[in-house]
Amino acid sequence: MEFKTFVFYFLSAILVFAALRVITSRNPVHAALFLVLAFFTASGVWLLLQAEFLAMALVLVYVGAVMVLFLFVVMMLDINLDRLREGFWGYLPMGAIIALLMVGEMGLVLGGNYLGLFESSVRQAGADESNVQAIGRLMFTEYVYPFELASVILLVGIVAAVALTQREKRKNKSVNPSQQVFVKARDRVRVLQMPAEKRD
Amino acid sequence: MVDALQGLLQGLFGSLFPLVWTLLKIVLIIAPLLLAVAYLTFWERKVIGWMQVRIGPNRVGPWGLIQPIADGLKLLLKEVVIPTGSDKAVFLIAPMFAFAPALAAWAVIPFNDTLVLANVNASLLYIMSITSIGVYGIILSGWASNSKYAFLGGMRSAAQMISYEVAMGLALVVVLMVSNSLNLGDIVQGQGQGYFADKGLGILSWNWLPLLPMFVVYLVSIVAETNRAPFDMAEGESEIVGFHVEYSGMAFAVFFLAEYANMILVSTLASVLFLGGWLSPVGFLPDGILWLFVKISAVLFFFLWIRATFPRYRYDQIMRLGWKVFIPLCLIWLVVVGCWMMSPLNIWK
Repeated sequence: MEFKTFVFYFLSAILVFAALRVITSRNPVHAALFLVLAFFTASGVWLLLQAEFLAMALVLVYVGAVMVLFLFVVMMLDINLDRLREGFWGYLPMGAIIALLMVGEMGLVLGGNYLGLFESSVRQAGADESNVQAIGRLMFTEYVYPFELASVILLVGIVAAVALTQREKRKNKSVNPSQQVFVKARDRVRVLQMPAEKRD
Repeated sequence: MVDALQGLLQGLFGSLFPLVWTLLKIVLIIAPLLLAVAYLTFWERKVIGWMQVRIGPNRVGPWGLIQPIADGLKLLLKEVVIPTGSDKAVFLIAPMFAFAPALAAWAVIPFNDTLVLANVNASLLYIMSITSIGVYGIILSGWASNSKYAFLGGMRSAAQMISYEVAMGLALVVVLMVSNSLNLGDIVQGQGQGYFADKGLGILSWNWLPLLPMFVVYLVSIVAETNRAPFDMAEGESEIVGFHVEYSGMAFAVFFLAEYANMILVSTLASVLFLGGWLSPVGFLPDGILWLFVKISAVLFFFLWIRATFPRYRYDQIMRLGWKVFIPLCLIWLVVVGCWMMSPLNIWK
């Protein structure tokens, strides 16, 4: 067996195990951590496919930022495991339908080669060609409108999130830093001169 | 000598030779790094002592030079207390999460134009993604300790690190824009050319001068990113408590090592990205790895200097500085540099 194949199966085994633990582990924080492991291993698999930009972006964005905020929320929540467990059979048909749909979609993607979906096969880049450069060039020339559209949608999301959290009047006691800088001692402290009282 | 050793090892290990050779190189990077970490703690105590007109450690060994070894031994011999009700596995994994990225990032750091463990194209991207994992050590240790103080401390410093990562990333984007490469070696080479470098004044053609605002943002952000004073909300010994209050013995020592290893890493990055890496500041002296060490030491001294002289920031002031000052500044400077590069005044051709 070639070394590359061994690495692939090694990473895939970890990936499948981590993905299974995400849905089977009882503790939500552990589940989130296994999801981190799954992302990290998936980026390793992508590196094997020479998609180094995607692999690094996956770690940078999902592991480094998204999952940290996710963990923030999960850790803050007061989760009652027994209440989460009830209604399993009620949700099962819905879940099964979604699972079947996903299996079908993945089958279409993975079996695309056999079914002849991809007329033009993906061009294999040389090892010395920079992946980042190629993606950047495509993104800002051929796909510039979809790219800008996506960024506008993200901007709308940011503005909406800020607007939703700032709907009520601000109740915090934040101070204005520019005013703070110009505070002089005599604005705050009054020095009094009092004559000493005589002792009787 | 290197060739002779290579030949000898090739004979000994046969087809396993590349693996052994790489492992040897990793050890050659990690072992001096750990030694540097140990003596950085010693140097810090000495420098801060001198600045505050004290003597600093001077009892163990000549001039107190064995002090870091004694500290390490003491921490090794202490018991690692695992609190009741804590999540044992996560509690023990958390320090490793903090330490491992600080070591893994060294794989792509170039020491001179040939001396680098892995010369990959996207090395800056690799460093950014690897160092972004470090925050897990803090957030997990806070949660796994099963203590409200550790949890609040972990949340606080994790929020701080994520905030400053954005400003740091934007500063790096400007650097990679002007160097037209993600490879750290190419970024250093790019700083060695230009008007001043041809005149023999290489120090003026390094990135710190044309990108001065980004250099300042980067210097302040790395202090906040490594949770060092005056941004040391993670510890805050005097008024608040941090994420590692429940850690003792070697588990605490690993957090300590991670902090100092991270300091050395970000100082190296600052030297490579803004201070010209291994390039010599003046034309009549040769380039060499020694210059890189001098620059790293200078940035590390900056860390210790501000720790000794500045009072701690308030938490809301830290967040304000990161989000409302640095990020807008970086975004504006990104556009300015973009326009500069498109104008006839472009100096990065």
